Amino acid sequence: MTSELDIFVGNTTLIDEDGLWVGGTVSDAVALRVRSGILEQTGATAAVLQSDTMDHYRTFHMLERLLHAPPKLLHQLIFQIPPSRQALLIERYYAFDEAFVREVLGKKLSKGTKKDLDDISPKTGITLKSCRRQFDNFKRVFKVVEEMRGSLVDNIQQHFLLSDRLARDYAAIVFFANNRFETGKKKLQYLSFGDFAFCAELMIQNWTLGAVGEAPTDPDSQMDDMDMDLDKEFLQDLKELKVLVADKDLLDLHKSLVCTALRGKLGVFSEMEANFKNLSRGLVNVAAKLTHNKDVRDLFVDLVEKFVEPCRSDHWPLNDVRLFLNQYSASVHSLDGFRHQALWDRYMGTLRGCLLRLYHD
Amino acid sequence: MPGKLKVKIVAGRHLPVMDRASDLTDAFVEVKFGNTTFKTDVYLKSLNPQWNSEWFKFEVDDEDLQDEPLQITVLDHDTYSANDAIGKVYIDIDPLLYSEAATVISGWFPIYDTIHGIRGEINVVVKVDLFNDLNRFRQSSCGVKFFCTTSIPKCYRAVIIHGFVEELVVNEDPEYQWIDRIRTPRASNEARQRLISLMSGELQRKIGLKVLEMRGNAVVGYLQCFDLEGESGLVVRAIGTACTLDKLSSPAAFLPACNSPSKDMKEIPFNEDPNPNTHSSGPSTPLKNQTYSFSPSKSYSRQSSSSDTDLSLTPKTGMGSGSAGKEGGPFKALLRQQTQSALEQRGGSPHRFCRRREFPFFTLTAFPPGFLVHVGGVVSARSVKLLDRIHNPAFVGIMGNTRSYKLLDWNSFNSDEPETRDAWWAEIRQEIKSHAKALGCHAVVGYSESTSICEEVCILSASGTAAVLNPRFLQDGTVEGCLEQRWLEENLPIGCGFCHIPYDELNMPFPAHLTYCYNCRKQKVPDVLFTTIDLPTDAAVIGKGCLIQARLCRLKKKAQAEANATAISNLLPFMEYEVHTQLMNKLKLKGMNALFGLRIQITVGENMLMGLASATGVYLAALPTPGGIQIAGKTPNDGSYEQHISHMQKKINDTIAKNKELYEINPPEISEEIIGSPIPEPRQRSRLLRSQSESSDEVTELDLSHGKKDAFVLEIDDTDAMEDVHSLLTDVPPPSGFYSCNTEIMPGINNWTSEIQMFTSVRVIRLSSLNLTNQALNKNFNDLCENLLKSLYFKLRSMIPCCLCHVNFTVSLPEDELIQVTVTAVAITFDKNQALQTTKTHVEKSLQRASTDNEELLQFPLELCSDSLPSHPFPPAKEHLESASANSGIPAAQRATSVDYSSFADRCSSWIELIKLKAQTIRRGSIKTTVTVEKASPMGEGNFRNRSAPPCANSTVGVVKMTPLSFIPGAKITKYLGIINMFFIRETTSLREEGGVSGFLHAFIAEVFAMVRAHVAALGGNAVVSYIMKQCVFMENPNKNQAQCLINVSGDAVVFVRESDLEVVPTQQPTANCQPLCTEGEVTT
Repeated sequence: MTSELDIFVGNTTLIDEDGLWVGGTVSDAVALRVRSGILEQTGATAAVLQSDTMDHYRTFHMLERLLHAPPKLLHQLIFQIPPSRQALLIERYYAFDEAFVREVLGKKLSKGTKKDLDDISPKTGITLKSCRRQFDNFKRVFKVVEEMRGSLVDNIQQHFLLSDRLARDYAAIVFFANNRFETGKKKLQYLSFGDFAFCAELMIQNWTLGAVGEAPTDPDSQMDDMDMDLDKEFLQDLKELKVLVADKDLLDLHKSLVCTALRGKLGVFSEMEANFKNLSRGLVNVAAKLTHNKDVRDLFVDLVEKFVEPCRSDHWPLNDVRLFLNQYSASVHSLDGFRHQALWDRYMGTLRGCLLRLYHD
Repeated sequence: MPGKLKVKIVAGRHLPVMDRASDLTDAFVEVKFGNTTFKTDVYLKSLNPQWNSEWFKFEVDDEDLQDEPLQITVLDHDTYSANDAIGKVYIDIDPLLYSEAATVISGWFPIYDTIHGIRGEINVVVKVDLFNDLNRFRQSSCGVKFFCTTSIPKCYRAVIIHGFVEELVVNEDPEYQWIDRIRTPRASNEARQRLISLMSGELQRKIGLKVLEMRGNAVVGYLQCFDLEGESGLVVRAIGTACTLDKLSSPAAFLPACNSPSKDMKEIPFNEDPNPNTHSSGPSTPLKNQTYSFSPSKSYSRQSSSSDTDLSLTPKTGMGSGSAGKEGGPFKALLRQQTQSALEQRGGSPHRFCRRREFPFFTLTAFPPGFLVHVGGVVSARSVKLLDRIHNPAFVGIMGNTRSYKLLDWNSFNSDEPETRDAWWAEIRQEIKSHAKALGCHAVVGYSESTSICEEVCILSASGTAAVLNPRFLQDGTVEGCLEQRWLEENLPIGCGFCHIPYDELNMPFPAHLTYCYNCRKQKVPDVLFTTIDLPTDAAVIGKGCLIQARLCRLKKKAQAEANATAISNLLPFMEYEVHTQLMNKLKLKGMNALFGLRIQITVGENMLMGLASATGVYLAALPTPGGIQIAGKTPNDGSYEQHISHMQKKINDTIAKNKELYEINPPEISEEIIGSPIPEPRQRSRLLRSQSESSDEVTELDLSHGKKDAFVLEIDDTDAMEDVHSLLTDVPPPSGFYSCNTEIMPGINNWTSEIQMFTSVRVIRLSSLNLTNQALNKNFNDLCENLLKSLYFKLRSMIPCCLCHVNFTVSLPEDELIQVTVTAVAITFDKNQALQTTKTHVEKSLQRASTDNEELLQFPLELCSDSLPSHPFPPAKEHLESASANSGIPAAQRATSVDYSSFADRCSSWIELIKLKAQTIRRGSIKTTVTVEKASPMGEGNFRNRSAPPCANSTVGVVKMTPLSFIPGAKITKYLGIINMFFIRETTSLREEGGVSGFLHAFIAEVFAMVRAHVAALGGNAVVSYIMKQCVFMENPNKNQAQCLINVSGDAVVFVRESDLEVVPTQQPTANCQPLCTEGEVTT
């Protein structure tokens, strides 16, 4: 006796909460479920579990097409799914693994990268099927929002119906992919996706065209990709900051202002005093270099090299870093000879947030 | 020109890409009705076209309106080659043809293609303007309402139940036409879909005409089936019960649709005359003391066929209920005469019934209170027929594949053919009728018909429950007038009346054990009762019910034509016998004594016959405790063998004890046996009265642990019997928290919460062709069914505690070694915490209800005198008065109590009730309060759930519930929108690519659900009740990578309102009135 056909179709489509169907094969999923002890809990047989898992996979297979454009899932008539389950489906389908996203973050979402998935899968221990799904999701979201105006997070949320959290993550992924920030270097390995996502959000908020466009003074901004591309003009202007380190008087004045303010407040005051010029040069040079695409890509490498690593080697506590950065940016306002206060704030405001996030072990 | 059909094509969405180059589609739409076609403009380059067309108007006869479907075809415009079809939508416009139903069809319909499945959606608006037609000889029957529901629909009241209507139409199957060899599969499928749509429209119209002739206005329990007879054609047949229904003037009801057909309806003067005066006719022969016995047995009678045209290899089987009796053939013949004469004696006008109504059959399975007087038992008949081509000259042409034969006159063929099929069915019905008579019954309820076809052999089956009905509801008192007098005299006992035997004790149709009713001790009851109907709402039941199945396979040699038919008809009696024995054994094993909703399906295949019987077992308080099962060995001297036997016996006894616990069967203890004549003494209810016949010696020699002398003895004399015993014990009970039944309601559970899940599950297994034996086959089949059930329990585990209701198994044998089982059912959650409490209140309540019914019956003569009074539901004003008075400053529970009258007020018909109501206020009050309290919590929970999961604001798709039941838990049906009857064909030539057979069928069934939901939503409904998948024919050819499937579904589209929503409405009198009305309906149904 062999089973030729075995199906179950409910008027309300059953969606398995475990969401095992998103990755791996049926037999993987069955094995996982067996290990979860479901057979003992329910008294079911392995055959029953197999048949149930097959049903879920078939359902998922039919739903996958719709999940590529989640609004379709809402309007389609074939599967009657309660809204909460629809949300669950979408959320599960667009969920990604930390390990995986770290591998592809900042890479071009192209065929070439897709080929690398064969290596990423064994490296991360994530099934190839799952890797492909995650990669395709990144790419799909990227394609859809690439040409769109308006807020990146809003666009993603509107077109993919993701939760706020997940939409923000996708915005970061898209932003990184678009600007091709280098994240794979060895010295960046200690950073989590969350760290990068945090920085991405700050940068989107402050350094992109969208950040400017939001101001009512510039309503007819016809620029595309407002949230995805860094504000070119802003990057160009950043060169002006160079004066902060090029002008020796200005640098000295800046240093003395910071030192005066922080004296007695920092545990690592002497180290700070000794390193001030190096650090300041580092931070300002990073800004000045951002006109070149190549240097934009290396932004995080530079930040870690020029700031995080020196501080870490001197064992600055995080709080001291915070005090220093606050004072460092604030003191510039007292430099009479420096005319680019607004520019400086736009740059340092974001950079300070990023550096504090990046500063950990 | 009696009608104008108007169609507007609004828009499309999610269309498939038809032009690879642009990844877009240039879509336009053809709208066709009859022979007229309109087209929209081409909407260039879009997958979401906005046609926004003008109104396309078709001026048509209402006859066509009933027959023809509206056909909408979406195409892709192609400048250079032929336009490609994207898909079609067939819309049945019948619901627009009667008042009260839908007034407009408007919504998104899936665009369906028989090869590709659903391809996008189209938004269509359809309206009908009907003009009044004064032609009395018209062929249309617009205005007759159709319901699949096999009980009186919830927002209607039955004024008269007229009786059986049937019709069938025959045509050639397009799939077998010569042209099929040259046309595409798509064209062939579409021709078939369209033809069947046309035929069912025609069928419905013809049935409607019959109903109008009977002066009815509705068909309830409408069941339409297709017989795909292959080369010999396509039969579409339908049965139903004609009724005159009155819409309950529920205050929440919608304004009646102002369609012109309503005028037609009003011309028919049925409302004024609900109780024609024929009641009084006929001498009243008191039947009071005629208590007869009844017991299990079965009798086969080979009937000489009345049909002259065909081979009649017809073992028709009448099946009584009860334990396996011996052959009763000759005996029965004698009996039939006697009963017949008894019947004639009873009624003053013996032949009247027969004359007036050829077949006193009712497709209903649940009845208005008081309708069902007695139940005799199951009657069934089967007949094996050869689908013979020779009778149809036209088909010679097909056989020879010569075109010229097609010129044969179609009409003569068409008019000729139904006669044969009609004759076949008439023969079977006649048989059923005579079986019913043998049981002393004048009517058959819960009646259904089915066929099983394999190649050229066809088994026709019919079954029902012989019953005695209360004539009050039958149009012209067809049933002898004496009956109601009898009722008066008797003061019918509560909750057990229907169990009392209708036949003569001295002339029992079969050997049976009778006892005095354990409930009233006045009348005799059989030891077991088998029926095809639902459990009557007022029945006193102990414990819970459960699904009981008997499964059986029999190998048969492959044979041709007559030899094959003979072989099958020889096997049938044995199968029936064994199925019956299995049912009986399993029933006893469960410790129960009655079966409801019994459905025995015999399926014929190339080399085997399959029998599957499903029913819901219950313990009726009125019937005696079932005896146990005794095992007897053949060689009693062998020690080890005896040990084995006693081991088995112990296992069986344990199982019985366990089941009794599981289903909470604790009948009241019997302290003392009183032997003697029964004197009705309500206070002694707990005591058992035994009839004389059952006394003495026998009792002692049997296992007293089961307390009965009629213990069932299984003789283990060969391996077969051993198998039987094993199979008895292998049936695993459902996991805890699960119950199952195949009836509308689960006996013992009535505190449903609102979550429901309807599903269809299909399994096909391939048998290994080697050494197939009956036993191996039986085991395979048994495992298949058991595993399927286990899978269902696993899948639905999140709904625990829940009950699988209306579990409907269908078996087919698509090929030599394939067995296909299709299950459709609904899982309903219930509130476990109150389960115990309710079982008590349920019984109490049913008692209470029954007593109410009695009082209604008492008023019979009054009603008769007041014939001229219009019978209508309570004038609303009165209700207001009532409830208002009860309302003043009284807590909610009590308010509900008072307004509850409206629910049974409609059953009463005149001023006299008002006084009664007042008298009952106090008595009913207390009990009703309990019910209200008990309902409150599940509803509260429903509320909570709603709040916790707010509906997704973005979604445009409304939820449409589907259920095979006639009600929706926690909700009130406010409107019936019309019947849904759809037929789909799906075919693929890329089976592997679509995920194999499972992927293909899974997708197809999901699509069918979607199309049903879309049609319901377009009618303005939010649920389908009495949903049934009547056919699911699946054929595959994996070698060619092909598969085809045909599905036929039907149901009633309805609008329901959540009870919790009703509550939200500020307590306006009207709303308050209608709400408990449905509460009660739900608790009791």
